[in-house]
Amino acid sequence: MLIAALLLLVVVGSVIFNFLSPWTFLDIGSNWALIDITVYITFVICGVAFVILGLYMVWWIYKYQYQPGRLAEYEPENPKLESWLTIITTIGVVVMLAPGLVAWNDYVTVPPDATELEVNSEQWRWSYRLPGADGVFGHAHNKYITVDNPMGIKEDDPFAEDDIIITSQTIVIPIHRKVKILLRSKDVLHDFWVPEIRAKMDSVPGMVTYFWFEPIREGVFDILCAELCGRGHHTMRGEMQVVSLEEYETWLDAQVTWAEYKSGTLPLSDEAQKGRSVASEGGCFACHTLDGSTAVGPTWKGLWGTIVELEDGSSVLVDEEYVRESIADPNAKIRKGFAPGMVAEELNDEDFSALIDFLKELVPAEETSEEGAVQE
Amino acid sequence: MATAEIPYQETVPLHHPKTWLGKWVFSQDHKVIAVQYGITAMAVGLVALVLSQLMRIQLAWPDAMPWFGPDEYLSAITMHGMIMVIYLLTAFLLGAFGNFCVPLMCGARDMVFPFVNMLSYWVYLVSVIVLLAVYPLMLFTDVQPTGAGWTLYPPQTITAGTPGADWGIVLMLASLAIFIVAFTMGGLNYITTILQARTRGMTLMRMPLTVWGIFIATFLGLIAFPALFVSAVMMLLDRLIGTSFFMPAIVSLGQKLSYSGGQPLLFQHLFWFFGHPEVYIVALPAFGVVSDLISVHARKNIFGYRMMVWAIVAIGVLSLIVWAHHMYVAGMHPYFGFFFATTTLIIAVPTAIKVYNWTLTLWRANIKLTVPMLFALAFVLTFIMGGITGLFLGNVIIDIPLSDTYFVVAHFHMVMGVSPILAIFGGIYHWYPKLTGRMLNDTVGKWHFYITFIGTYVIYFPMHYLGFVGVPRRYYETALGEVYPDFYPASAHDLNVFITCAALVVGAAQILFIYNLVHSFFWGRKAGANPWGANSLEWRTPDTPPSHGNWGEQLPSVHRWAYDYGVPGEETDHIPQDVPRRAAS
Repeated sequence: MLIAALLLLVVVGSVIFNFLSPWTFLDIGSNWALIDITVYITFVICGVAFVILGLYMVWWIYKYQYQPGRLAEYEPENPKLESWLTIITTIGVVVMLAPGLVAWNDYVTVPPDATELEVNSEQWRWSYRLPGADGVFGHAHNKYITVDNPMGIKEDDPFAEDDIIITSQTIVIPIHRKVKILLRSKDVLHDFWVPEIRAKMDSVPGMVTYFWFEPIREGVFDILCAELCGRGHHTMRGEMQVVSLEEYETWLDAQVTWAEYKSGTLPLSDEAQKGRSVASEGGCFACHTLDGSTAVGPTWKGLWGTIVELEDGSSVLVDEEYVRESIADPNAKIRKGFAPGMVAEELNDEDFSALIDFLKELVPAEETSEEGAVQE
Repeated sequence: MATAEIPYQETVPLHHPKTWLGKWVFSQDHKVIAVQYGITAMAVGLVALVLSQLMRIQLAWPDAMPWFGPDEYLSAITMHGMIMVIYLLTAFLLGAFGNFCVPLMCGARDMVFPFVNMLSYWVYLVSVIVLLAVYPLMLFTDVQPTGAGWTLYPPQTITAGTPGADWGIVLMLASLAIFIVAFTMGGLNYITTILQARTRGMTLMRMPLTVWGIFIATFLGLIAFPALFVSAVMMLLDRLIGTSFFMPAIVSLGQKLSYSGGQPLLFQHLFWFFGHPEVYIVALPAFGVVSDLISVHARKNIFGYRMMVWAIVAIGVLSLIVWAHHMYVAGMHPYFGFFFATTTLIIAVPTAIKVYNWTLTLWRANIKLTVPMLFALAFVLTFIMGGITGLFLGNVIIDIPLSDTYFVVAHFHMVMGVSPILAIFGGIYHWYPKLTGRMLNDTVGKWHFYITFIGTYVIYFPMHYLGFVGVPRRYYETALGEVYPDFYPASAHDLNVFITCAALVVGAAQILFIYNLVHSFFWGRKAGANPWGANSLEWRTPDTPPSHGNWGEQLPSVHRWAYDYGVPGEETDHIPQDVPRRAAS
């Protein structure tokens, strides 16, 4: 009777595990309580069905063990019982489906008072755009993307000038304000997901997809990419801060508009401009930022000429030799606090020297004098 | 009833092979082809098993294998998924069980087109070779296996950020296209044989449920696989000559590509129009096998046979209109969610009926706990678990937080990984005596069963809870140095370590099974013609193992359904299908 005992153990064990498990949904951070309620209803109905079916199996396996000479009951069918089971199952299905469809209707119907936030995704980072004072996004399309126009905003679109451009991985939103997330992708499928918010949606190149939510508690939440997007998929992380309205306004004031972004582009020499193209086409900006924010890899802003600490505790000066080695053999020296994972690249001498010029010009003028300053 | 008619296969001559090569290698005998399919599928399945162990080790101990980076990890998940779904489960359930069971259970001498049947296997072998060719190529060239995930979603499948986007994906797509050719040749055979070559008296409603499962699954395959075929061809064109079926204007890692105007969602629709019926292509034969196993070993008729048949047909039809429940978060029109959630939950009703009827078959039965029966019972419980978690994911709004997490991984492994594999094991333990004339070892079989059943349950049951916590699937690792530390509690990582330990044990336990297969072939106990006391025709062949042509001079005549167990007033507890009814009744 080992099998009956084991099946009993599996059924009872599963129920106990369910109630003792420390692993469950993270505390909800949005208005989507109806999702959790639907999950709960489904849990109860399915759990009861699982236990009843499992226990019947155990009981009958135990009770009707083989005895030589005994005959099983001959009952090919029982239409009445089968009809009842069909009806009960149908009722269970309806009870689960109905709240699910109501919740889905809410999910796809964006309230008119929701504000819009565009999330741009690319291998393997996030960036964001807000419609600005006029409340209207400038037209954007992947075909307009250049090194200086990373979001592909249409030139001369008057609605675009006041759009807020956020190139860091961190987005700040105010609590209790409904937000409609508009998703765009530069390259492949991604999926903007904050587990506490519950909601998620793929971003698809060539389309704008959406979902909405209302944040109900302040805090710092992880943004994950939930749709496989290549070798850096697991590194595509960001941060969403839900803050009070006052804090939000302060943060918003510090952001740049598209007009400012365009004019504020670093004045680079021709050689450094070429270096920037080399880096862009090599995919470097998937992991390295130019604005000082931290992504999967260290930022390049102000990096040149500093002494950086490595994973093994030693230090190294960021010079030509170090950069050359890090491109050819990225795992030779790993910066402290960062994970290995960069793909080796081959650069010819011309491209390499352009890249070095670019790195040099990324150091603000006043800092270049302090050669060898230790970077935090 | 067509008892007076002469069965089709009594009217055509059977050509016996004249050479050893013709008998055992380029054989047209359905039983030899079944074994060829079975052995090849198991061999390629072992590759998938090793890959899964590597993935589990990586997840539990991220630093253990420095050579196993993100590229290797993604290639492993892709190859593991593709092998399990297509090259193992589809090939085994239809290629091996389909070939072995259909002619024997229908009372036919062989498949209707034996030569096409032989070609089907050899083309399948070519597809496997093309699939695995990437590994030797890796040693000598810079070709990498594709890491696009088994769903092969463009644009990442053929862009630079994905491993194997240049030639690995071409090999994968070519292999799939070749496999579909093989499947079509086999599938046409199963359907034609079932429709045309049943013996006298074998009406459709007397067929064993195994044959019904294979019959409807094959129909689904012939409808669904062409969708995969065209999407593979279209993607090959996108990759090789620069068409833009699935490729919009994109900037890939800083490079502007020359594609424009394509639609990535089109691929997803085509893929899942294949991919969802594919679930039932695997599940329906497993349902059939388990129905027969439970009835035979419980010594009782299957409860509600007619309902079981119509449930299989209903599931088959419905499975063609539920595909987009895999795409709730894909960005398709949101109103599709209402339709596909409803159809998906409707399909739960016939599926639940099947579960009830398996369970009710145990009621007042006379249950022999043989190894095949143990696997069948474990199938039912595992399938219940996998089925009810399907009710979570099918209900569109619940899918929103859970999709692309480990909840999904746990669900589909329970319902379409472990369940059909338990059914396959059960079927092998059940039919091995007829195939070889010898019994598999009972003690080894029981050890294999207990470790596999309990092991897989403790792997996948807790995994659902990782999904609730929010651990995303297809992540090489979840912590990224100090910049992005782990976002889920440390206890979840301990659970990952536990799951990996269980997976290593289950993986190793499969050695018992292989040992049993090989050892029993030479030294197993002689089985006799009908060791289980079963009713269906395959146990009524004049020779065991059955010779070429199966039935000797004359095909058997069928007088009853396959489930006359425990008929009141009879001397034995079973009456085979070819035993005539008594004149009085």
